[in-house]
Amino acid sequence: MDQLSQAQSELREMDALAGMDSPVHRLHPLCKLLVTVGYIVTVVSFSKYDFSGLVVMVLYPVLLFQTAGIPVRLCFYKLRIVLPLVCAVGLANPFLDRIPLLRLGGLTITGGMVSMVTLMLKGCFSLMASFLLIATTSIDSLCAALRKLHVPEMLVTLLLLTYRYIGVMLEQVAVMTQAYKLRAPGQKGIHISAWGSFLGQLLLRSMDRAEELYNSMRLQGFRGDFFYADVPACTGADVGYVLACAAAFVCARAVNLPALLGSLVVR
Amino acid sequence: MHMADALLAPAVAATMYAASAVTVGTCVKSLKKEENMEKLPTMAVASALVFAGQMINYTIPGTGSSGHLCGGMMLSALLGPQAGFLSMVVILTIQCLFFADGGLMALGANCWNMAFYGCFVGYYLLWRPIMRSSLFAKLGSKAAGRVKIMLASVLGCVLTLQLGAFSVVLETAASGITELPFGVFVGIMQPIHLAIGLVEGLITSAVLLFVYEARPELLMDMNAQNASGGRFSLKATIVILAVVTALVGGALSLGASGNPDGLEWSLFGNAESGYSENMGLDEEHYGIASGAADAAAAIQEKTAFLPDYAFADSDSAVGTSVSGLIGSGIVAGVAVLVCMAGGFFRKKKVAAKA
Repeated sequence: MDQLSQAQSELREMDALAGMDSPVHRLHPLCKLLVTVGYIVTVVSFSKYDFSGLVVMVLYPVLLFQTAGIPVRLCFYKLRIVLPLVCAVGLANPFLDRIPLLRLGGLTITGGMVSMVTLMLKGCFSLMASFLLIATTSIDSLCAALRKLHVPEMLVTLLLLTYRYIGVMLEQVAVMTQAYKLRAPGQKGIHISAWGSFLGQLLLRSMDRAEELYNSMRLQGFRGDFFYADVPACTGADVGYVLACAAAFVCARAVNLPALLGSLVVR
Repeated sequence: MHMADALLAPAVAATMYAASAVTVGTCVKSLKKEENMEKLPTMAVASALVFAGQMINYTIPGTGSSGHLCGGMMLSALLGPQAGFLSMVVILTIQCLFFADGGLMALGANCWNMAFYGCFVGYYLLWRPIMRSSLFAKLGSKAAGRVKIMLASVLGCVLTLQLGAFSVVLETAASGITELPFGVFVGIMQPIHLAIGLVEGLITSAVLLFVYEARPELLMDMNAQNASGGRFSLKATIVILAVVTALVGGALSLGASGNPDGLEWSLFGNAESGYSENMGLDEEHYGIASGAADAAAAIQEKTAFLPDYAFADSDSAVGTSVSGLIGSGIVAGVAVLVCMAGGFFRKKKVAAKA
C-alpha cells in the first residue's frame, strides 16, 4: 500500500475508533484535551535521569486503553514510523555521557544509558496520550472543545473544513498517482517534466471547486459562523476525572512512587 | 523537521506556543479586517491539497531519491502570508493529531519552525520584493515572471528551511535534552536542510510556474509590478539578498566554528531523518538549572540503603536506584494486570451480550 492510500485508511480507522462507545469516549472533549496536555507536560517535565519516577506514568495510557477498549497494538502500529525516530533521538547519549550512576554487580549503568531510556519513554508516552485523545474524540467534538477554549473561530472552522477536504484530496491524488504509475512503469516518482503540471492541474481544479463550494455554502446560509457538534455541558463526572488526573499527575511528579514501592520490598 | 514532545522542555514549548498563538491572533485579526470569509473554503481546499501534495514523491534527476513539496512557501504565494500561516497551522495540527507527526506539546514550536518562516519571512523578505521588482525586465514580462518565480521559490525555500532548522537546534538546546554539543548539531542540521531546501524550492517553483502559465491571477503580487511601479529596484533586492545571505552564512559559520568534530555525528547520523537522530546540549556548558535535581539527589543520598550499589560522584544523578528499578518492575506488573483485567471484563461483556 502506498503512502496515500495508507493515509486514507488511517484517517478512516481513526474516525471509526472515535465513533466507538466507552466511558472514555463519553467524557467531555475539553476535559480530555486538558488532561492530555497535562499528562504530556508532566511526562516531559521529568528529569532526564529520573527513570523510575517516569515509569509510573505508564499507568495512565494503560488504564485508558483498557477502559476505552482500544487495542494497544493499533497505537503501536500507527506509530511504527514515528517511534523509531523518537527512540533514535537519544541513541548518542550513552556515548557522550559516560558518568557512571549505578553499579549492578559487574554492570555499570551510565548517565547516558538512563537518559536515553528516559527520553525514549517520554516520546512513547506523549505519543500514546495524543493517540488516545484522538482515538476517543471525534474531530467535531475536538473542534467544539477548541471553541470553548476561545481558539479563534476562523482557525477552528478551517481545521474542520480542511480535515473534511483532506479525504477528498487524498483520494484524488491517489487516483492521479495510480494513473501516472500505470503509464510510467518502473519509475520511482513523478518525472521532472511533470513536476509542475501534476499537482498544478489538481490545484487549478481545486481552486475553482473552492469557489463553487463557497457559493453553495453561501446559498445554504453560511455567513461566517459554523455550528459544531452539540457537546453537552461538563458533568460532575467530567470535573471529577480532570481533578483526579491532575492530583495523580502532581503526586507522580512530586513523589517517586516506584522508588517508594521498591524500598518497601528491598528493606 | 517535525519535533517530538520529548525533545522540548515544557517552558520552551510554552514559549513557542505563545509566539505561534500571537501570530495566529494577528493573522485572524488582519483577515477579519479584510472580511475575507470567502477565502475560508479556498484556504481549506489549498491546505488539503498541500497536505496531499506533500505525499507525492518527485524524482530528483540523477539521483535515486525523491523530494517533496514545500508547503509554507506555496501557500503564502497562493493565499498570502496570513492565510498561508493559518493554513499551515491547520495542516500541522492535523499531522500531529492524526498522523503522530510532531507532538501535541511541540505543536507551537513546529508551527513556528515550519509555518512562520515559510509564510512571513519567505513572503515579505523574498516573494513580494522579488515579484514587485523590475528584475529581469529585459527578458520580457512573461519570461521575467518565470525567472522571478523560480528565484523567489528556491531562495524562499532555502532560507525558510535554514531558519526552521536553526530554530529546531535552538529550541532543543534551550531544552537541554541530549548530550550532543550545540556546534555539532548546527553543523549537521544546516547543510542537510540546505540540500532539502534547494530540492523543495525547485519542486515548488515547478508547481507555481504551472499556475503562472495557466492562471497567473491566482498568484500573490503577480500584477503588483505595474501598480507599484517597480518599487523595489535591483539594488534594493540585492541588498535584501545580501542581508539574507549574511544571516544564513552567519548561522552556518557559527555552527562550523563551534564544530570541532563532526565525525561523531557521521557515526550515528542518518541523512533522511537528520536532526532527529542526535541532538542536544551539554548541560554543564549551557547552564541548565539543576537546583531541583540537586535537591532530589540530596534526598536520595539520605534514603540510599544499599551501600554496595552506591551512586558514583555525580551532581545530577537522581532517580535510578535499586529500589527505583524494583519499583518500576512492580509498576510494570500492575500495568500488565490492568491489561489482563481489561481483557477479562471485555470478554465477560461480550459473553453477556451473546
